[in-house]
Amino acid sequence: MTARAPSGRLRGSTVTAIVFGGLLLLAAGLGAVSLIGADTAGRRDRAAALVAELALSDLALFTEARYTRNPALADLHTPFQDGPASLEHFPTASLIVAPRGLPAGRLEAREE
Amino acid sequence: MRATFERRRHLLDFAVRSLARRPTKNLGLVAVYALVVFVVGSVMLYGAAIRREAAAMLASGPELTAQAMTMGRHEMSRSADVAALKGLRGARRIEPRLWGYLWDSAGAANYTVMVPTASDTAHALAKGEAIVGEGVARARKLAPGKMLFLVSPSGKFLKTRVKAILSAESALVSSDLVLVEEGDFRAFFELPADAWTDIAITVTNPREVTTVAEKAGLKLPGHRFVSRADMSRSAEALFSWREGLTLALLAGALLAFAILAFDKASGLSAEEKREIGILKAIGWESRDVIAVKLAEGGLISGLAFLLGVIGAWTHVFFFSAGLFEPVLKGWATLYPRFPLAPTLDALEMATLAMLTVLPYMAAILVPVWRTASADPDAVMR
Repeated sequence: MTARAPSGRLRGSTVTAIVFGGLLLLAAGLGAVSLIGADTAGRRDRAAALVAELALSDLALFTEARYTRNPALADLHTPFQDGPASLEHFPTASLIVAPRGLPAGRLEAREE
Repeated sequence: MRATFERRRHLLDFAVRSLARRPTKNLGLVAVYALVVFVVGSVMLYGAAIRREAAAMLASGPELTAQAMTMGRHEMSRSADVAALKGLRGARRIEPRLWGYLWDSAGAANYTVMVPTASDTAHALAKGEAIVGEGVARARKLAPGKMLFLVSPSGKFLKTRVKAILSAESALVSSDLVLVEEGDFRAFFELPADAWTDIAITVTNPREVTTVAEKAGLKLPGHRFVSRADMSRSAEALFSWREGLTLALLAGALLAFAILAFDKASGLSAEEKREIGILKAIGWESRDVIAVKLAEGGLISGLAFLLGVIGAWTHVFFFSAGLFEPVLKGWATLYPRFPLAPTLDALEMATLAMLTVLPYMAAILVPVWRTASADPDAVMR
């Protein structure tokens, strides 16, 4: 069992082992650096404390419109508030969903 | 045992040599394949990380938020509404909130102006003081001690001195906040003394949220009660597989990949067929031919998968998913800069492999098996 072919070149399986071994080592190293280096629990605790203190309820991820800043507290048809025929025009709306749990009214049609 | 190992090793040697005979084609294939894994992997890692982050942060928010509604639109709550909820069984804390939006035409950004709740001693403010979020400080180049002027759309003017800047660690929830004192807020927005944006209710027993919401609903029938579960649901749906842009992005990547796999599955090239025919003619068994071809596919898949995953991990956790920023930012000027906590999720990796490696391997197996089991003379003709 040799690492080299009779021609003196490295065997294909040896090259494969080196390349895959190297990549796996690199992946493990990157994973270890990012997992060990971060103070995730402490950071999340401090952020959660701020959320509790200020009674915050939504993410400050999309700040372009009222219903994207606080989607949970927006009403279902806010995108159309500027006009009944106005279409949704914020790109963010393709990343979030419409709020649920709105007060339910209903329409009933009956024949008297 | 050793003989089997040597046999496998020789097959692998042969597969590598065979790949090396067509370096441009195979390297190109690995590059495209790795790019697909990179895009799909980045979306997956980013979505999962941000959902985890949001869930961890929002878990300590109020269990219920009561919002007055008039004609299907949000309305201000009154002090009488807050008083009506006093003594609500199961509620530990009932606190009216004051917050509103301010569009800053100079910075072209939307800020959330907010008053710290009465019980929040950590952010207590005196008249003329303000605490700003990391995004606001970045956009307006603020530092503690600097002056911050707010001008309302109606021309009202509020002069404040920045007392502190909220830590960047919480940017995901606080980036656009401008905290001011209650008197300043009411004067600035010309708000009557008994008006509140909404009411935050902290429930003693989280399992009783629905009951408490029902009871509170009887006291305030004109209010809508949004539970923390509803809010978490909107956070969970972020970058969900089934929604909008994410789906479009993934569908594009997977479609490109499907074309690639289909090209493979629809048949081998004449050169590859000839190669298989020669191998069979000189005495190779079909089993060995299939093993070599699968090894070739496995090497390409494995290499592309590893490269793609390493690239996606570096992109998301070391560069905060910088390539997605223009998409995520939308039309907002204030985009929070926040660190994402990596978590190694075996299920995520398995899903990514299932989506990319499995179809490719399946696509090679069928034509190779068909050619390898045919008569070598017929294959070579």
